[in-house]
Amino acid sequence: MAQSKDEVLAGLAALVNDETGVPVESVVFGKSFADDLDIDSISMMTIVVNAEEQFDVKIPDDKVSELKTVDDAVNYIVSAQS
Amino acid sequence: MTQPILKQAVGSPFTRIISVGAARGDLVVPNDDIVGPIESSDEWIRQRTGVISRTRASASVSAADLATSAANEAIESAQISASEIGAVIIATISNDVLTPSMAALVAERIGATPAAAYDVSAACAGFCYGIAQADALVRAGAAKYVLVIGAEKLSDYAKPTDRTISFLLGDGAGAVIVGPADEPGISPTIWGSDGGKWDAVGMDRPTREAFEDRDGEFPTLRQDGQTVFRWAVWEMAKVAQQALDAAGISAADLAAFIPHQANMRIINEFAKQLHVPESVVIARDIETTGNTSAASVPLAMHRVLAENPELSGGYALIIGFGAGLVYAAQIVRLP
Repeated sequence: MAQSKDEVLAGLAALVNDETGVPVESVVFGKSFADDLDIDSISMMTIVVNAEEQFDVKIPDDKVSELKTVDDAVNYIVSAQS
Repeated sequence: MTQPILKQAVGSPFTRIISVGAARGDLVVPNDDIVGPIESSDEWIRQRTGVISRTRASASVSAADLATSAANEAIESAQISASEIGAVIIATISNDVLTPSMAALVAERIGATPAAAYDVSAACAGFCYGIAQADALVRAGAAKYVLVIGAEKLSDYAKPTDRTISFLLGDGAGAVIVGPADEPGISPTIWGSDGGKWDAVGMDRPTREAFEDRDGEFPTLRQDGQTVFRWAVWEMAKVAQQALDAAGISAADLAAFIPHQANMRIINEFAKQLHVPESVVIARDIETTGNTSAASVPLAMHRVLAENPELSGGYALIIGFGAGLVYAAQIVRLP
């Protein structure tokens, strides 16, 4: 079922927090995973796999490197759900 | 005319790993010694890989030398004569020549002649491929004892400026003797390949291309870390569960979990996905040995037993996975 951007953001923030300990309130639009949230590539992949399960979407390996910001990830998930 | 009936060999119904031997590179290389060319830090490497130091071999020491040392320990520990070994299988990606095999050389050195001898090219899964073959050979009656070795000198294929895999790599060899047993000691092998990810990890260029480019560099290892990480954890967790199912046991029945020592993050996430109970000893030899590809599982097994001798006779889940991509997993009774 398609979710709103805010719903996806909230879910994603919880996944990021679970994997890295980054506070959920820090995971907001405009932030870069690597530069702002200091999330490395391995943690990013763990978040991606958990996001696939939670949001019922597929995020191929070659797409993961394109998801540089919170906006990229939320937009991709919302688009993939619809 | 009546056709005579062929004789066909029949071996032992059950097999086990009888002993294990190990040889690590003679040099301890801490992170600080290799961070310069990759503009990194000890903290960066520890955080991403769990590696504190890796063992590497001196220039004069070859993978075959390490294999010979490990094999001699395994033979002595098994209390058999080298002449009783019917086959020598070496899993390696770092033989100095395409042919002849490292196995033929090592068989000669240790006195396992005229044993069948051949190398297996299955990268980090190579040792578990070798166990699959050794188990089959003994049960088929093709050999009474099989020497399986994983042997690598990966420092020869590490590029100091590579940030994808080279800084993880170590040198070493682990060896086991597989032979007949009174009760089951090696479960059905769950193995396979996924050539769709042929490019995910391997050499950075073909050997001939490097040869023709006289100003270029020797081929070295590289990987797409994210692709390999996803596959190594979530796909391999399924394979590991299949191995447990095929063996008829659960993770709670294990004494040890001994996965290929690729990266501490992979090992930890793998154990989490597989729901390995806290009571199970998890091999984390990578911390001070590094990633030794085909040698990593037997080296880790040797260390687990050295640190926890009471686990002898218990069940261990071993799983190798790597370039190909290829994988193999078994449950074995620890020697």
